[in-house]
Amino acid sequence: MSISAPASLRVAEYRLRNMWRWRGGIIAFGLGNPILYLVSIGIGVGALVDANSPSGIDGVPYLVFLAPALLAAAAIQSAQDEVSFPTLAGFLWNKVFIGMRATSLTGGQIAEGVLLAATVRVVFTTVVYWLVLWVFGAVDAGTALPLVLVSTFAGICWGGFVLALTARVKDDGGYISIMWRLVIMPMFLFSGTFYPLSTLPLALQWIGWISPLWHATELGRWLSYGAPLAPWQALVSFAYLTALGLGGLLLGRRLFEGRLTQ
Amino acid sequence: MPVIHARALTKAYPSASGEVLAVAGIDLDVSPGESFGILGANGAGKSTTMRMIGATLQRTSGELAILGRDPSREGPVIRAHLGVVPQQDTLDTELTVRENLLTYGRYFGLSRSQLRPRIEELLDFVQLQDKRDERVEALSGGMKRRLTIARSLVNDPSLLLLDEPTTGLDPQARHILWDRLYQLRETGVTLVLTTHYMDEAEQLCERLVVMDAGRIVAEGSPAELIRQYSSREVVEVRFGAQRNTEVLPQLQGIGDRVELLPDRILIYTATGEADLQEIVARGHMPITALVRRASLEDVFLRLTGRSLADE
Ligand SMILES: Nc1ncnc2c1ncn2[C@@H]1O[C@H](COP(=O)(O)OP(=O)(O)OP(=O)(O)O)[C@@H](O)[C@H]1O
Ligand SMILES: [Mg+2]
Repeated sequence: MSISAPASLRVAEYRLRNMWRWRGGIIAFGLGNPILYLVSIGIGVGALVDANSPSGIDGVPYLVFLAPALLAAAAIQSAQDEVSFPTLAGFLWNKVFIGMRATSLTGGQIAEGVLLAATVRVVFTTVVYWLVLWVFGAVDAGTALPLVLVSTFAGICWGGFVLALTARVKDDGGYISIMWRLVIMPMFLFSGTFYPLSTLPLALQWIGWISPLWHATELGRWLSYGAPLAPWQALVSFAYLTALGLGGLLLGRRLFEGRLTQ
Repeated sequence: MPVIHARALTKAYPSASGEVLAVAGIDLDVSPGESFGILGANGAGKSTTMRMIGATLQRTSGELAILGRDPSREGPVIRAHLGVVPQQDTLDTELTVRENLLTYGRYFGLSRSQLRPRIEELLDFVQLQDKRDERVEALSGGMKRRLTIARSLVNDPSLLLLDEPTTGLDPQARHILWDRLYQLRETGVTLVLTTHYMDEAEQLCERLVVMDAGRIVAEGSPAELIRQYSSREVVEVRFGAQRNTEVLPQLQGIGDRVELLPDRILIYTATGEADLQEIVARGHMPITALVRRASLEDVFLRLTGRSLADE
């Protein structure tokens, strides 16, 4: 991977230049999304929850409980978009990967470059989101680095997984919307995002256990306001995210190369 | 060291009914500076061969060395020295002409300062200076083709692979392109091209192979091939679609060989004018008649039983 690093930067450069042309939308979405959630759920639902349980959830106000989950979800969702769209475009729509692979680049480097550029987008989204959370008083200033890092990490790991998944899509018919409806949304709703996972019936809790968002949220709540988390649990969550991301990237690199030499 | 060396090279694509053997064991040797052509009908295996040479398609079996290296192990190093004009343009249609060249150069790891003057040269070379800031979407087919050729040169390749570079171009654009390829040849670049156009092959290729159904059926310079597989002259006569078949048996003894095409009869001979007079003397007045020198078209027809001009 070390040898190919500079080459994947060239692919990332192309992706970033492409993203730059959509900067208006990326910024508007980056800001609008957190504000919308914070106002509607954080403050609206929060007022209701806090009125009914004066000690709050986990001993903190609802907004503070919610914030790390929203941040991780935003990171994961922006990784989803920034990996799946360019990958489908590269293989199926404008097929730029075919042109790239005719140069000295390898399929693996193209895969790395896509993930690298997505990382930049994830970092941007997470930083902006964190700032909005901070303005709304949902996070303390001291949480900036740990929260941004853990959310970004979750985003990148999800990105690696999506890289491998999208690399196999032969026909884009509905792939994007299926992913959003059947994976991203259920993950958002059932990962202990809006209430502790333990509130769900046991039969549904497994969704949380396999959900990278739940693992990222657990880590985030622990880092943000010291929610209880056993060290082994923190380790498992970290390892789970790493395995997902690294496994996805390694498989994705092979799938990209294979598909571009057929 | 040959630029391209292939022995028993094959490519089988998986298909619904098992496999398609697109390239069925070919031998090739192309030396530095040569301009080499691959002629063949639709589906003969030209693009498949080109893509294996370009290290963008994994071969099924056989030996292949490009610039002395094995493409399945050293693809990136090989591709760094190749220029590729694929049959289908792979330009980035959302970018401008100049941005396409810049982006492509960056993929090779060339610096912006290296690329800036290079791009100007290339824009001049393919006469696209006035379109430099136009989005590729807005270019005509011929302009896109010229841009693809400019793009293939951005890394100063020592081997240029052109898969049907002029298909779809008008005659003027083709001649501009030929002229550019001549110039490149002078600089010592090795050219490998596939084409459907016999005149293109005669103009550009010092040596060529004829492919049919994945195999090489003949090889040589255009002149050698014509000498070997055709007579010196060809008489083309038309009697009208119905009558061609009726007249055919009555032309026995004229020329070395007679070929019946849907719309005309070809007579291969050394003495065209005399043979035409003989036809008329036997009482068959053609609607049109032509005596011409044999061309690669005739070689192709002889070897494959198909006329490329009809495709
Ligand atoms: N990706 C593929 N999958 C399966 N079969 C393929 C694929 N590409 C080409 N073929 C088959 O391989 C054979 C050779 O195709 P190829 O494109 O190499 O021919 P060609 O000589 O370039 O033809 P053309 O003049 O039409 O460009 C054909 O039978 C074609 O159907
Ligand atoms: Mg072809």
